[in-house]
Amino acid sequence: MATEPTTAVLTPGDAPADATGMPQLNVESFPNQIFWLVLALIAIYFVLSRVALPRIASVLAERQGTITNDIAAAEELKQKAAEAEKAYEKALADARAEANRIAEENKAEMQAEIDAANARAEAEIAEKMEASEARIAEIRDGAMQSVETVAKETAYAVVESLGFDADQGQTDAAVEKQMKGAA
Amino acid sequence: MATASDGGFNIAPMDQFVVQPLFSDGPVGMFTVSNATLWMALAVVCTVLLLVVGSRGRAVIPSRAQSVAELAYGFVYKMVEDVTGKDAVRYFPYIMTLFMFILMANMLALIPTSFSPTSHIAVTAVLALAVFIGVTVLGFVKNGASFLSLFWVSSAPLALRPILAIIELISYFVRPVSHSVRLAGNITAGHAVLKVFAGFAAALGVFSFLPILAITAIYALEVLVAFIQAYVFTILTCVYLKDALHPHH
Repeated sequence: MATEPTTAVLTPGDAPADATGMPQLNVESFPNQIFWLVLALIAIYFVLSRVALPRIASVLAERQGTITNDIAAAEELKQKAAEAEKAYEKALADARAEANRIAEENKAEMQAEIDAANARAEAEIAEKMEASEARIAEIRDGAMQSVETVAKETAYAVVESLGFDADQGQTDAAVEKQMKGAA
Repeated sequence: MATASDGGFNIAPMDQFVVQPLFSDGPVGMFTVSNATLWMALAVVCTVLLLVVGSRGRAVIPSRAQSVAELAYGFVYKMVEDVTGKDAVRYFPYIMTLFMFILMANMLALIPTSFSPTSHIAVTAVLALAVFIGVTVLGFVKNGASFLSLFWVSSAPLALRPILAIIELISYFVRPVSHSVRLAGNITAGHAVLKVFAGFAAALGVFSFLPILAITAIYALEVLVAFIQAYVFTILTCVYLKDALHPHH
């Protein structure tokens, strides 16, 4: 019956499922459709309300919980990392301060040592200078004396070579007198 | 409609909507296993496949099927929550049942040579009347006589209120009609048009590619319509349910 062309021209009585009008308005098929529809709806309703929807709801809730937990854990780890960083910075700053302090200490120590060495060296130099000055004075005195002696002897020799009867005492006195005058 | 005497044009666009017994030639009785039975059962099976089998992994990171199941769940759940309110989520399973049945029936009906249960006014009228009666009873149970304030527009001038009440009352009782005819009409019209173009394709010979192109375009539109009509039916159910739970304007 499905193959026959269903038209209004053909005998309308033999096929109740005739498609001349709207099959939707064929009241004979209503009880069948309504019965199976109600059955289908009840089946879907029970499957959904007993199995599918609670399951999906629990999955969604679980996922939400997992996400919330993960975010909380991430937040905690982030905080921990920040704390660790802070501790590290603090340790670094401490170490720097300590290093500075040690360097400062060493510097002061060395400065003290240098100062001490300097003082010692200066004292030594002063001492040596004193000795040198004493010696210079001694040498100068010696030199003056030698000059006088040489002058006296020279004067005497000069006078004698000029043919005069030279008196040692006279020339010496003259030389002494000249030197004093020159001085 | 074309008749047999037209020769090439043997278009019978309404044939596809005929309810027939599957295993016999007799009349369609109430308990006869018919093509309507088959396609409604397939809608149930597809719903179960998607929502039960699809979600059987219960995975935190979902499989594809589970994603789609969760998407459908979230789509309808959010619709109920947004349109009807948080106190209406206890009616969510009913609404989800309606949505999944209509959606699956509409989509399965797009398979060529299939039968469209939702193109039948008998089916959509039962769906719409179930909503109408359920919502009306629920409105009176929840609100008592104050449910009638739904028809008494207190924001309008007093003189207008009786007239508005009559209009509101009429529109309230027209709801199940529009609710059911909208769905059945859309599905029927779309499928009939597809069949008509298919008849053109059979008759036009070399130029049959034109109606075939048209069929392709209309088919895409029908896929959209199949989803949108399920969505519209569901969201109207939510709106009616909201009126029942909160009848005050």
